[in-house]
Amino acid sequence: MNKSVIITAITLLVSVITIPAVFSDDDRDEYRQRSLGVAAVISEPYTNECSSCHMAYPPGLLPAGSWQKIMSGLDSHFGDNAELDSESLKLISEFLISNSADNSSYRRSRKIIRGLNTKDAPIRISELPYIKREHHEIPDKMIKYNPEVNSLSNCSACHAEAKKGLFDEHSVRIPGYGHWDD
Amino acid sequence: MKTITFITLFIIASFNAMAENTAIKQLIREYQLDTKSAGSAEKGRLLWNKKFTGKPPFTERSCQTCHNSNLKQQGQHIRTKKTIEALAPSVNPKSLSDLKKIKKWLKRNCKWTIGRECTADEKNHLLTFLKQQ
Repeated sequence: MNKSVIITAITLLVSVITIPAVFSDDDRDEYRQRSLGVAAVISEPYTNECSSCHMAYPPGLLPAGSWQKIMSGLDSHFGDNAELDSESLKLISEFLISNSADNSSYRRSRKIIRGLNTKDAPIRISELPYIKREHHEIPDKMIKYNPEVNSLSNCSACHAEAKKGLFDEHSVRIPGYGHWDD
Repeated sequence: MKTITFITLFIIASFNAMAENTAIKQLIREYQLDTKSAGSAEKGRLLWNKKFTGKPPFTERSCQTCHNSNLKQQGQHIRTKKTIEALAPSVNPKSLSDLKKIKKWLKRNCKWTIGRECTADEKNHLLTFLKQQ
């Protein structure tokens, strides 16, 4: 064994031990968010107007075209009337579009976009190919027929940190079933 | 001097009365001016409980579909299952305290429940009923 191999090995070992210490908690949170979630952006008008009936879905879960479609049909919003005054409509549309999945560099947003054709603009997050793929192993009894969940669209029922844009498995707790592991 | 004190007290009292005039009272006054009639809590109660027919899957609709039949308790959005805070101002002071919000929800919810916007008369009755809860 020559000297250089030993030196390389020691250097590597030291790096592995010290590198994590270089990152602060903030860096780690940022890394977790970027690699495991979608951007945690907040808009007061959006939360105020949209979270009365459902979770304020992070805009990075749908492409801009989808948000445009949704915002132009609020008088019949998945069967409900969710009309807005023109000022709120404009503010919220701008917020959703500028933070949409195709305008985001976060990993899950990228994956959502990769699963779609350029012109696709689905209006249901629950019907995105990526979202369907990620949930296909979970039996209906845990979502659809689980009275505390009711639908795949009820993200925050199981994803405890959904409001913060985090969807990794660590934070999944299915009501009545607990932690989910692949 | 006595007169001035009296007038001052009167002005303060009026201001207090105005402050107490919550959004709901202001709106009721608006509808009363519109309809030139006083709201009836009884008519409001009947409308609140009345059942209407809507598109499936929610063919039978009433205000109670999402708001609890006991207004002092939380309700639940029929579609999303999200909790709706109790509507009765006596247990939830935040309820019916924002004029813009009241108008927005009356418009949306009348359209969903009845299938059209409510008339000023109907809104007058509904708010008169709800205010007392």
